[in-house]
Amino acid sequence: MLTPGEINLKLERILPTVQKPARYTGGELNQVIKNWEAIETHMALVFPDIYDIGMSNLGLAILYELINQLPNVLAERAYSPWIDMEASMRKAGIPIFSLESKHPLSEFDIVGFTLPYETLYTNALNILDLAGIPLFTPQRTETDPLIIAGGHATFNPEPMHSFVDAFVIGEGEQVILELISTYQQWKRSGSSRQHLFSKLSSISGVYVPSLYQVHYNSDQTVDRVEKLDERASLPVHKRIVPHLPPPPTHFIVPNIETVHNRVPIEIMRGCTRGCRFCHAGMVTRPVRQRSVAEIVQSIDEALKCTGFEEIGLLSLSSSDYTHISELIQTLTHKFHGQHLGISLPSLRIESFSVDLMNLLIDSRHGGFTLAPEAATEHMRNIINKPLTTAQLLDTAHAIFSRGWTTIKLYFMIGHPDETMDDVKAIADLCKSVLAEGHKVIGRRARLNVGISTFIPKPHTPFQWVPCDTVAQIQTKQALLKSELRHRDIKLTWTDPQVTLLEAWLSRGDRHMVDVVYRAWQNGARFDAWQDQFNFAAWMKAFEDCRLEPFFYTHRERTENEAFPWDHISTGVRKKYLLQEYQLSKISQTRSDCRRQCFACGLLPTYADLRRANPGEEWSCPEVKSPPKVRVADLS
Amino acid sequence: MFSELMRLRIRFSKTDAMRFIGHLDLFRSWERTFRRSGLPLAYSLGFHPQPRLNLACALPLGMTSECEIIDAWLECSSPLPDVRRSFASVLPPGIEILGLDLVPAQAPALQTQVISAVYVITLLDMVPDLDGQVDRIITAGELLRCRRDKGYDLRQLVENLTIIPPTDAGQLRLRTQLAARECATGRPEELLDEMGIRFADTRVHREQLIFSIA
Repeated sequence: MLTPGEINLKLERILPTVQKPARYTGGELNQVIKNWEAIETHMALVFPDIYDIGMSNLGLAILYELINQLPNVLAERAYSPWIDMEASMRKAGIPIFSLESKHPLSEFDIVGFTLPYETLYTNALNILDLAGIPLFTPQRTETDPLIIAGGHATFNPEPMHSFVDAFVIGEGEQVILELISTYQQWKRSGSSRQHLFSKLSSISGVYVPSLYQVHYNSDQTVDRVEKLDERASLPVHKRIVPHLPPPPTHFIVPNIETVHNRVPIEIMRGCTRGCRFCHAGMVTRPVRQRSVAEIVQSIDEALKCTGFEEIGLLSLSSSDYTHISELIQTLTHKFHGQHLGISLPSLRIESFSVDLMNLLIDSRHGGFTLAPEAATEHMRNIINKPLTTAQLLDTAHAIFSRGWTTIKLYFMIGHPDETMDDVKAIADLCKSVLAEGHKVIGRRARLNVGISTFIPKPHTPFQWVPCDTVAQIQTKQALLKSELRHRDIKLTWTDPQVTLLEAWLSRGDRHMVDVVYRAWQNGARFDAWQDQFNFAAWMKAFEDCRLEPFFYTHRERTENEAFPWDHISTGVRKKYLLQEYQLSKISQTRSDCRRQCFACGLLPTYADLRRANPGEEWSCPEVKSPPKVRVADLS
Repeated sequence: MFSELMRLRIRFSKTDAMRFIGHLDLFRSWERTFRRSGLPLAYSLGFHPQPRLNLACALPLGMTSECEIIDAWLECSSPLPDVRRSFASVLPPGIEILGLDLVPAQAPALQTQVISAVYVITLLDMVPDLDGQVDRIITAGELLRCRRDKGYDLRQLVENLTIIPPTDAGQLRLRTQLAARECATGRPEELLDEMGIRFADTRVHREQLIFSIA
C-alpha cells in the first residue's frame, strides 16, 4: 500500500487535471491533524458521496469533534471521489485516502460510514473497493479495518448486512466511545476478529449482523430471527442519549462552496407530531430540547471559530421548540448588524410561523416554505398532519402580506388510499394559494411546488402499505404537470424510478445484499444523482439475482407479517404502529403527543433514562415508578 | 456608522491547500477571516449587502503565490499593529499575511494599478532542449493562439522569459514576466502549452505583481 508521501506525489500530477481539486486536499481551517505514529487508534469517518455534500453532514461533524477530543484516538475524513477523480485514481493506482494525513483507508483501525439515506449504498461499496478492503465481512481478516455504519437508513440494516461488520443503531454520541474502547481492548488482547464481533455485540445499540441468522417462510417472508451469540441482544434497541451533549462548535470551514455553508445547530431532537409517513418522526423519539442559553452560547463560539455568515437552527419541527420566540429574539438582538443569516426550516403552517420568520432579517430572500404534504383534509387526516385549507390560505395570505413574493409548497403523492381526486386537489390548492398572492401583491407572486412520492418506510405506521407502481406515479405526475402549467408556478417532481429504488433499499431484506452488490458491479453508483442514476443496472441486478422487485414494494402486507427489520427496535412498539395504521384507515387523527401520551412504547423502553433525567428537557411524561430490579443498561 | 472608512491593503501568500482555491472562494474565505478577526468589515448597502473587499489579479487555480493583494474597507480606524494582532490566530491554513498598509480611500481600484506579474515555473520532469524552446518563444515575431474561441498573440504578453538555476532537487526552473493588465493578461499555462509542457507537470508560483508608477 502507498505511503502518504507517495500518495501526495501522485496527487501532485492529478489534482490540476480534475474538477474542484480542493475536494481532495484537506487542509481547511479547524481540521484536526494528530501525530499518526503516536496515536493508538485511527478512525476514518466516511460520507459516501462527494465532499461538497458530505461536509455539510452534521452527524459526522459531531463525531469528528467528539472522537478527536480523545487523547489516544484520531478521526480523519474521507468522501467519494467524483467520477473524474475516481478514474484518475484508479489509473494512477491511488487508493482512497483520508483528507487530513493522506493515509490509505485500509491503514485505519476503524472505518465508519454514515448512511443517512439508501442511495449511498453503492457508493459505500465503491469506497471499500477503492480502498482495497474486501467488500464482504467474512473475507476480512484481523489486519483489515473494522467496518461500521450508522445513520437513519441503518434502522433497516439488512440490505447492507454483509458489507458492514457492525451497525450502530440510533444516536452515536455515547456508543461510539464504547465501541472504540472495546476495539482497543480487543486489539491489545490480540485475539480473533470473531472475538471482537462478540464483544461488540454486547454493547447496547450495536448490531453485528453476522451473529444473527434469519429464517424465511416458503413465501420468502421472514419467519424469525435467531441470534447465534449469547452476548448479542434480540431485539437490538436503538441507542439514545438521555441529554443532548454540548453541540459541536469547531466546524471545519470548507474552502469551496458546499451545500450548506453555515453553523448548524440542533435546537431539538425528535418530533411529537406523529405524521404517519415520517420515518424521522418515529425513529428519533423522544423529543429532547436544548436550552436557549446553551444554543446561543454555542452559536457565539462557533461563529468566532468559523466566521460563517449563516446559522441553521435545525429540528424536525422548529415551531414546536418550546422557547422558539425567545430564541429568535435573543439571536436577532445579539447578532444585530453582523450581516448574519438565520435559517429556520420546518415551520408549521400557521400565522405564528410568519411572525417568527418576520423577525429574521434577510429571511425574505429564500421564499417561505410550507409542507402541507396533502391537499384535502381527508388525506391530511389519513397521514395525521391535520390542517384546514382555510388555515393554509390564511397563512399564505399573511406570508405575501409581510413582503415575501415566493412560497414553496411541498406535497407528496402516492399516500395510502389516494384517488385521482386527491391529486387533482393538490393542483387546485396550489392555484388557490397563488390566487391569495395575486390578491395581496399582484403579478409578483410566485409559487414553487415540489411533489415527492410517498415511500412506506420501515418503523412507520405505513410500513404495511404497498407503493404506487411507476405507471400510477406517472399518471399522477402527468395530471399535475398539465394542471399546473402556469407562468407563476414552478413544478418539480421525483423520478418514479428513483422512488422505486429508494423503496427497495429501505424495505429490503438480507437478500437485497446480492442486488446491491450486483448493481454496483453493473456500474451503479451516485444513485442520488439524477445524471448518474442507472436504473437499468438495478433492474439487471434483480434479474441476475433472480429476485422479484414487486415482492419488496408492491404487495400489501398482512398485519402479522414479520418484517426484515423487526429485530431492530426504535423503542416504538409494532403494535402501536399498527394501531396508528388502523386509525389512518378510518381517517382518525391523533394530536401532538405532548398533550396526551399515546403510549408508543418508547417510555417503557427508556424508563430508566427518563427517570434519571426528569424535567422539561424531554417531552415525554415523567417516570415516577421505581426502577425494576433488573436494570437494562441502555444509557 | 463611520463617515470615513479605513482602506486596508493586505499583501499575502497563498500556498498549500489554498493553492486550489479559486477567486470567488478566496473572496469568501477572506470575508470569513474578517468575521473571525472581529474587525468591522464594511458591507455594501442594498438588498444583498456584500463585504467591501477587492482582490487584485485572480491567480489561476493550482498556482501558489507570495504577492497576492486584497483591499478591505473597515468601519474603524484602528492602528495597524492592532489590526495585525486581530489576524493573529484566525487566518486559514495556506494564507499568510506578508504586509499591511493603509491606502487613501480615493486611490484607484487595485486591478487598474497592476500591469505585470512575475511567475517562477518549476518543471517536475526533464524537458529536452529547454533552451531551444525558450529561444523560440523569445525570438518569435508572434505566437498566435486561441483561448475560449478567441484568437490572440501570446508573444505580446510575454515580457520576459529566462531559465534560472534549478531547485536543490535538480528540477529545471523558468522565470517569466507576463502582462497583467485588465484587458491583456498572459497566462502561465498558455505559455507552457505553447512550449509543449503539461501544466500538471509543473509547479507555478507567482513571485511579484508589478504596479504602474502612477
